[in-house]
Amino acid sequence: MFDVTKIRTDFPILKREVNGKPLVYLDNAATSQTPQQVIDVIVDYYSNYNANIHRGVHALSQEATDKYEQARIKIQKHFNAKHTHEIIYTSGTTHSINIVANGFSAFIKKGDEVLVSAMEHHSNIVPWQMLCERTGAILKVIPMNQEGELLMDVYDTLLSDKTKLVFCNHISNALGTINPIEEIISKAHNVGAVVLIDGAQAAPHLVADMQALDVDFYTVSAHKICGPTGVGMLFGKEEWLNKLPPYHGGGEMIAEVTFEKTTYAGLPHKFEAGTPNICGGIAFGAAVDYMNHIGFKDIAEYEHELLEYATEELLKIDGLKIYGTAQQKTSVISFNINGVHPYDIGTILDKLGIAVRTGHHCAQPIMDFYKIPGTVRASFSFYNTKEEVDVLVAGVKRATAMLV
Amino acid sequence: MNIKEIQQEIVEEFALFEDWMQRYEYMIDLGKSLPLILEEYKTDDNIIKGCQSKVWVHADLETDKLVFTADSDAIITKGIIAILIRAFSDQKPLDIIEADTQFIDEIGLKEHLSATRANGLVSMIKQIKLYAVAYQTQLS
Repeated sequence: MFDVTKIRTDFPILKREVNGKPLVYLDNAATSQTPQQVIDVIVDYYSNYNANIHRGVHALSQEATDKYEQARIKIQKHFNAKHTHEIIYTSGTTHSINIVANGFSAFIKKGDEVLVSAMEHHSNIVPWQMLCERTGAILKVIPMNQEGELLMDVYDTLLSDKTKLVFCNHISNALGTINPIEEIISKAHNVGAVVLIDGAQAAPHLVADMQALDVDFYTVSAHKICGPTGVGMLFGKEEWLNKLPPYHGGGEMIAEVTFEKTTYAGLPHKFEAGTPNICGGIAFGAAVDYMNHIGFKDIAEYEHELLEYATEELLKIDGLKIYGTAQQKTSVISFNINGVHPYDIGTILDKLGIAVRTGHHCAQPIMDFYKIPGTVRASFSFYNTKEEVDVLVAGVKRATAMLV
Repeated sequence: MNIKEIQQEIVEEFALFEDWMQRYEYMIDLGKSLPLILEEYKTDDNIIKGCQSKVWVHADLETDKLVFTADSDAIITKGIIAILIRAFSDQKPLDIIEADTQFIDEIGLKEHLSATRANGLVSMIKQIKLYAVAYQTQLS
């Protein structure tokens, strides 16, 4: 039984006040809050078995290694990857994308084309631009319509035998659009292109099945799914991870080192140089457990309810416009009030204890598309309530009255 | 009034309010009365870097005093510039250069701004001082 009142008791931070008002945390697309179950795992790690992994003969090192590798298996099972070693621990989505973008320099030549969607986060634009600058490849953009949906017929015309790579987010951080990635992946494969899907915004809302999607690379940040910051994953198909050169050099990623030559370790260690975020990896696994314990089916249903209610209530406000009205979207509402700067609304909402994001959401091309300086973004999680939506709506009304 | 006296006056005004919502309401009012920059000066060159909302500041020398005009696309930002302009406009360049900006801390403005807005505030003060330095060089 999904019981939001009970769920909220898992999150100590939700009890705090901000500016003398109860915190209403609606910036979940930026980072999710951490339940006690995950905090306990972090405390337990540092209290009981903190040690460096994969190299110690002593008991603590063995225990930490086991827990770290068990977490990797949890993550593998959750995303249904074929092999455990297809899950590379990274510092998060940006790091994951950079491993692939950097590694692909070896396989891309001048005149090759890479496709990116019009609604990408900067972290899924800049590394590819850098790749194109290094190799002379051409970056092309899959456009979108006013609702924030990709124009799939244009995508068809962009694909050709020159297309080597396609990158797209599973869900847009600024608009909440759920992109038709199954179609994007299969059509890219038809022309022999490799696909990377940025799953940072999808992981909190749905379960992506790596084998069913047949995706080549998929990236996730733990802090978006109730885990800690600074840890995430790169999923890559075994054949691609074997082909890609390592990104960082150092300890842990080697098989043998002499001053003449180093041979690299096998997967996944080839991409995990240095002492990793051990505690983070273990807590990532705990976060996956926690989310599954709540249940993704219930999460999706409840968040959809919140989204519909919030959309309906916000649209009652005069002059309010929502950006991103795709048929398929998650619980993210980007909006502006006619004639009011998003920063002004965000500032007043903060004084009322309401945390939202304002600005371009690291997706400037989207803001340019709509010809706006930015938006106010309220993003809802399964621990938010309808009462909090009411506080938001009242806050936006109060801010508007002050600002217009 | 000299800069120090004006700053003192602003600090006293802000102390009268009971909470930050009232102070924001006051800043929004100040923003609405900001002496606006002429459209021709709203160029990319005059945009202050470090602000996430757009801010333009311009200075004219009238006899021996600097007169500032400004604008922003965000109203609270306009209020912040209005406070700065009230403190520094219609003053001699050398006085502006030598003035301290302690009053910003006394108002408690910085800690009630987001990090990006606080950076923007620092950039605005820097720009005002840079205008003063430029005109002071011209005068001497």
